[in-house]
Amino acid sequence: MTPFTRHIGVTAPLLRDNIDTDTIIPSREMRTVSRTGLAEGLFAPWRYTDPDARSPEHSFVLNLEAFAGASILLAGQNFGCGSSREHAVWALIESGFRVVIAPSFATIFRNNALRNGLLTVSLDENLIRGIREWVEVNPRHHLVEVDLEKCVLIADSALAPIPFVIDPLSRTMLLEGLDEIGLTEQSLDSIAAFEASDRKRRSWVYLGDA
Amino acid sequence: MAKTLFDKLWQEHEIETLSERESLLYIDRIFLHERTGSVALNSLLECGRQVRRKEHAFCTMDHIVDTFPGRGDNTLMPSGQDFILATRSAARETGIRLFDIQDPDQGIVHVISPELGIALPGLSLICPDSHTCTLGGLGALAWGVGSTEAEHALATSTLRVTRPGTMQILFEGSLPSGVTAKDLMLHTIRELSAAGGAGYAIEFAGEAIEALSVEARLTLCNMATELSAFTGLIAPDLVVLEYCKGRQFAPSGADWEQALAHWRSLRSDEGARFDCNRRLSVDALKPQLSWGTSPQYCIAWDERVPCAADASTEAESSVWQRMQDYMGLAGGSRLSDYPIDAAFIGSCTNSRLSDLQLAADYLLRTGHRVARGVKALCVPGSGRVKREAEAQGLHEVFKSAGFEWREPGCSMCFYAGGESFGDRARIASTTNRNFEGRQGIGSRTHLGSPLTVVASACAGYLTADTTA
Ligand code: SF4
Repeated sequence: MTPFTRHIGVTAPLLRDNIDTDTIIPSREMRTVSRTGLAEGLFAPWRYTDPDARSPEHSFVLNLEAFAGASILLAGQNFGCGSSREHAVWALIESGFRVVIAPSFATIFRNNALRNGLLTVSLDENLIRGIREWVEVNPRHHLVEVDLEKCVLIADSALAPIPFVIDPLSRTMLLEGLDEIGLTEQSLDSIAAFEASDRKRRSWVYLGDA
Repeated sequence: MAKTLFDKLWQEHEIETLSERESLLYIDRIFLHERTGSVALNSLLECGRQVRRKEHAFCTMDHIVDTFPGRGDNTLMPSGQDFILATRSAARETGIRLFDIQDPDQGIVHVISPELGIALPGLSLICPDSHTCTLGGLGALAWGVGSTEAEHALATSTLRVTRPGTMQILFEGSLPSGVTAKDLMLHTIRELSAAGGAGYAIEFAGEAIEALSVEARLTLCNMATELSAFTGLIAPDLVVLEYCKGRQFAPSGADWEQALAHWRSLRSDEGARFDCNRRLSVDALKPQLSWGTSPQYCIAWDERVPCAADASTEAESSVWQRMQDYMGLAGGSRLSDYPIDAAFIGSCTNSRLSDLQLAADYLLRTGHRVARGVKALCVPGSGRVKREAEAQGLHEVFKSAGFEWREPGCSMCFYAGGESFGDRARIASTTNRNFEGRQGIGSRTHLGSPLTVVASACAGYLTADTTA
């Protein structure tokens, strides 16, 4: 996974609540058994007037010239709810997004994001509205900076940095771009020890003769 | 100290504490399907890893596989066959048990896992699918994950999990007749909102819960994810233990006795504290139908669709307006003003035998048939449900009333790019999600119970069972 330390980019506001993963990447856009080939399908129901013909909906924020190449997304509460499909995260990343800022996230989406190096930042709704107003004045020059080392976000050079909270383990994983499976494999001994004692308490759990 | 059911389940599976809020948990069962599981299996193989305990991992074909009679590997979904073939070959290579298309026990993952005794009280179970919380209805610690986490669990039999808070929802009173677990859950989501359970594992309790059949409990917990909850849970009681007995992968002999002793401890202790408590009264509950594009926007079937002008904030008003434009509804109207194009009985929410019996019983009792111009589908959740329904003659009841009778699978619960009800079709549906485009481009889904859906199918417009 690509490490995440600091990022500065164009920020696109999409302040709707409950944006679900079916909307982020519709099932019909997930065409292959892989994590790629998803960028075109990102937000397909909103981005195209006719998804099959790929005719753009010109008013959709990601189709506006001013937000071209956006890498930070501002969203409403409960972002990423619905289906567990990790493709939602892969589609955002493939489309160049590194950060999503929202008042709250669906748990599965947030876990998926962190495991793929997409930073999710939870911020108060009023702060998010403030960032939107500032960004919209001049999207190409009012860039947002997200610093994971210091856990702050700078949205207006004239204002104080906005601190955000992230749990320490996720932060380390992101900063170092760690492969989580590799990390857990270091605990294989304690996993085996757990099983040995668990088998006595719950022998019914262990199927087969392994 | 008094503990909640969730605390007990968490503690039993905790291998290491990783930080104040994160633990390494032991994962007892992993279930995969061809939609997201295929990616996890492939990625595992590409990294040169193996399934650590293959006897604890299972896979089914449910999402992409067609449900037409006589189906094979070909599907209406473009490139659908690739998923089926990739899943089959990865399952073979890793040696995990696959319920393939022709397997008599094939079906929707959350329908077959309790049926086969793969999901049991007290087990931790994950699946790369958000409706895995269904199995909380048995008292399992079950939750949905992404493909990367599924891969992690396959490789290590564990997951690193951030501990959610605990919430108890206590239902007071008992459900009126004709009102089902589905109505109860839609109402709960309306009361708490689609984000109302975020960050919590929710235990459902109260008389109304104790009175539910095991299948109805599965229906209820199925939609915990629609509250954005980590999972939903119901303490297993005698009815659940009886349900599990003799199932294919359930313990037997001395193991059964040990399991029983363990399961009896799976309840929240007297005086256990939850981080959040909610109470909902159910005595006056009516059949529910959704009107918007999130399950939280539902009303009693005879209530009026709210007017955007009456919303409490401007933001809310514009959300309502936007949804009503999409749904083709007017504020202040009644749902019965709207003819439907289709009716769907199926999905991991409502495709079990009791759901089918409820709908078939309506058809028999009233003698009604599907209204002209309505396309109606009944899709059993599994091969076993289908066999049992056919043994009771339910397929004949559905077919002679004008329903199509299909092979098991997710079917029209979601649109994979193949079959659909048509652009802007209005659908009465027993599924769990009414998102924009969920059942086809422009689809207008109204969520309801099997009874509400069958009554709507026969009326030709949205309604509930008014004959009882
Ligand atoms: S029936 Fe629907 S909700 Fe359930 S697993 Fe299948 S697609 Fe998902």
